[in-house]
Amino acid sequence: MKPRQQRKFGNTFLNVDSISLSFGGVKALKNVSFSVRKHEIFAIIGPNGAGKSSMLNCINGFYRPQEGTIKFKGKIRNKAPSHQAARDGIARTFQNIALFRGMSTLDNIMSGRNTMMHKNLFWQALHFGPARKEEIINREAAERIIDFLEIESIRKTPVGKLPYGLQKRVELGRALAAEPDMLLLDEPMAGMNLEEKQDMCRFILDSNDEFGTTIVLIEHDMGVVMDISDTIVVLDYGKKLAQGTPDEIRSNKTVIDAYLGVPNDKY
Amino acid sequence: MNSDPQFNVTKLDTFPKLLLHNIKKRGDSPAMREKGYGIWQSWTWSEAGDQIFSLACGILELGIKKGDKVAIIGDNRPSLYWAMTACQILGGIPVPMYQDAVAEETKFVLEHAEVRVAIVEDQEQVDKLIATKDQLPKLEFIIYSDPRGLDYYEHTFLFKLDDVQKQGQKLLELTPNVLHKEIFAMGGEEAAIMLYTSGTTGVPKGVILSHNNLLITSSNAAVLDDLSHIDEILSYLPMAWVGDNIFSFAQSYVTGYCINCPESSDTAMQDLKEISPTYFFAPPRIFENILTQVHIRIEDASLLNQWIFKTFMKIAGEVGSKILDKEQVTLKDRFLYFAGNILLYGPLKNELGFSNIRIAYTAGEAIGPDIFDFFRGLGINIKQLYGSTEASVFVCMHRNGDVKPDTVGPAAKDVELKISENGEVLFRSPGVFQSYYKDEAATKRTKTADGWVYTGDAGVFDADGHLKIIDRAKDVGKLKNGSMFAPKYIENKLKFFPFIKEAVAFGQNQTFTAAFINIDIEAVGNWAERRGMPYSGYTDLAGQKQVYDLIAECIDKTNRDLANDPALSGSQIQRFLILHKELDADDGELTRTRKVRRNHINEKYQMLIDALYSKSNHCEVEAELTFEDGRTGKIKADLHIRDATFISPSQSRTAN
Repeated sequence: MKPRQQRKFGNTFLNVDSISLSFGGVKALKNVSFSVRKHEIFAIIGPNGAGKSSMLNCINGFYRPQEGTIKFKGKIRNKAPSHQAARDGIARTFQNIALFRGMSTLDNIMSGRNTMMHKNLFWQALHFGPARKEEIINREAAERIIDFLEIESIRKTPVGKLPYGLQKRVELGRALAAEPDMLLLDEPMAGMNLEEKQDMCRFILDSNDEFGTTIVLIEHDMGVVMDISDTIVVLDYGKKLAQGTPDEIRSNKTVIDAYLGVPNDKY
Repeated sequence: MNSDPQFNVTKLDTFPKLLLHNIKKRGDSPAMREKGYGIWQSWTWSEAGDQIFSLACGILELGIKKGDKVAIIGDNRPSLYWAMTACQILGGIPVPMYQDAVAEETKFVLEHAEVRVAIVEDQEQVDKLIATKDQLPKLEFIIYSDPRGLDYYEHTFLFKLDDVQKQGQKLLELTPNVLHKEIFAMGGEEAAIMLYTSGTTGVPKGVILSHNNLLITSSNAAVLDDLSHIDEILSYLPMAWVGDNIFSFAQSYVTGYCINCPESSDTAMQDLKEISPTYFFAPPRIFENILTQVHIRIEDASLLNQWIFKTFMKIAGEVGSKILDKEQVTLKDRFLYFAGNILLYGPLKNELGFSNIRIAYTAGEAIGPDIFDFFRGLGINIKQLYGSTEASVFVCMHRNGDVKPDTVGPAAKDVELKISENGEVLFRSPGVFQSYYKDEAATKRTKTADGWVYTGDAGVFDADGHLKIIDRAKDVGKLKNGSMFAPKYIENKLKFFPFIKEAVAFGQNQTFTAAFINIDIEAVGNWAERRGMPYSGYTDLAGQKQVYDLIAECIDKTNRDLANDPALSGSQIQRFLILHKELDADDGELTRTRKVRRNHINEKYQMLIDALYSKSNHCEVEAELTFEDGRTGKIKADLHIRDATFISPSQSRTAN
């Protein structure tokens, strides 16, 4: 594969400023700050329980941090309810797949376009007039995503019958269907084999290239993270350890001690 | 010929001329369909013409001239079919190539054919070509049709097909007649296409076929089958294969019928159902797969459905073929078949996408008689043909109403046949290829001075003048005890069992026949699941005792069949093993058209073959396998070897 062209990043898109989050006595996040530029692929890494998923949950409004502010596109969204996230242009996938298992791939992806359907139930049920037109527009968008993710052959298959790797892909499809400005991916490669991981990487890079989507992702596979991210932030016990480009992180001593570890032959 | 009385092949002797003819004659009827974004898009002959002319002008501006080779690489896409005609307009020679070949294989053909321009489908193919471009000084341009992922490529030799067409369109608007001279200056004797044979033996050879070769053979066959512009076909087989050039290209130009391109190679069988073609070609393995699928699904079906399937398939087997061939059938049978059609055959055919099929062909390998009878029983007019790249496909073909499962039919129209002293089939026909590109020695070996071509296949004629192919002439051998050993015949018998995907038989100059078996992971996996047997993957499943028992049953049945045939009863399988990995074209064990490459297997698995002919009941192996991205890995396994029951001819008679 040809190396990707030097891309231009925009201004700060998401600004996380001194976030602290605790559940009772447990401090999940302690004074974490970072910012994500537009069009960037931004990875959050760290050991189990470091607060990565909590961070994503704060960004999309599922958790309310006790301290600090989260600004997205210049708007403070600390207090925004989580359903507002989709309207603001944030979409996400989950660590454990959260699809409608009985529905087809196409219907699952269409469900991602829910926020773009404005006609009421009555018109939609009749499938008539403006509702019909809207359905056609949305179906076309869904088909473009099916084409993009190369899942034509499972268009009509109930998602529950699909293998895990494909379900992950459908979930990405549903997130993309919302035409988000920012995509939060919670362990998109977990449990995948090498080939599936390679496919997933390509789709993440392509959606970043083609739709200009800003991507924030959590991932444990260091190979993947180092390959596709532009910036990496490392969390440990709820605290930010480091932030930088893959090369900087790879050679950062604190990160190596806390998380990456040292190759055997160094001992 | 066909529905078009003005059709005159001596005047319309090239593809570009036929294109003009079709635009004039049926400009508004569909020429091409492709499923895009979930909806079938269609192009009429005039629209297809516009696309072709603008592309021809575009590549004219890039400097393509007469005699230049243009590689075409990708799935079956309208734009790639159009690219073929666009080249031909300029006198260029399209060289369609296998889209799943690895970079090295692709490089060999590009180099040998001295390709100047490659017109390819997408990033995958572009990457493959860029990887070897340094070593291909003759390759000047790459044109791609799907721009996805290629935005950041800055190579100056890369062009987007749309842009090339836009350039061409400008030229066309300035000088509308720019192509006419080219089109009418060309005659049918000129080279129309170059196809690389898959190379069961040795390196691939470039077969040059002229416009006359392709057009006369295709129209001869079209007349016999009464094809016309209302027929529909699904184009899903590799464009590099001669059959696709006849069925999806030449015959469409000759008769004007519409070609349907599936959405992707994974969806071909679903698209088949939506299109429901009238004319269909598939190699035996596809029919085998379909039958396996049907069997798997029936085993999972309710008892009532299983009963319906069993009862009515029996009736179909008894009378279906007779009804299809318009033979006499009793009123009772006719009624039962009618009822079966409502309950089973109709819905099943609809499910498979075979509702409208008028003519279906299979070729390439022998098809199991039971598979053949299954489809004919359902009322699907499946016939066999025998052909080769060197013949522009048609050498023999079944005629409607005169079909036998174990023959490939009598000679096709205008084809002469003879069998040499050592049993090899020779033919002479209007489709006989011009030459092998840059390989005069091979041309001379294959084609005699008076136009006879050696096929390399051993065959015999039956009483009705049908040709029966036994095996590759060089593969038919003898066991040490003198009995005849036809490996492919045995392998085909084994492969009929839904549980067996691939088989390789050994026996040449040995004391008995032995075999390698590849299980069908889907069928055996399903079988194992229903018995609650755990397994972690192919290698694990293949090594289990119960699976060996299952396969041993299949082998026993095969031996019983062989015992019935006096000439072959000596070549029953006495020992076998189940391979730990699937035979794969990427590992060089099969050709791209999935034929077993014996020499390679003999070399690679020498240790296993030795073990089969030793006393040992197991053998440890380590095999290298190639992943789709070209990296290699290793599999280790300890394979069991089983003895099979030898059935003496007298036993078999009592058993039956």
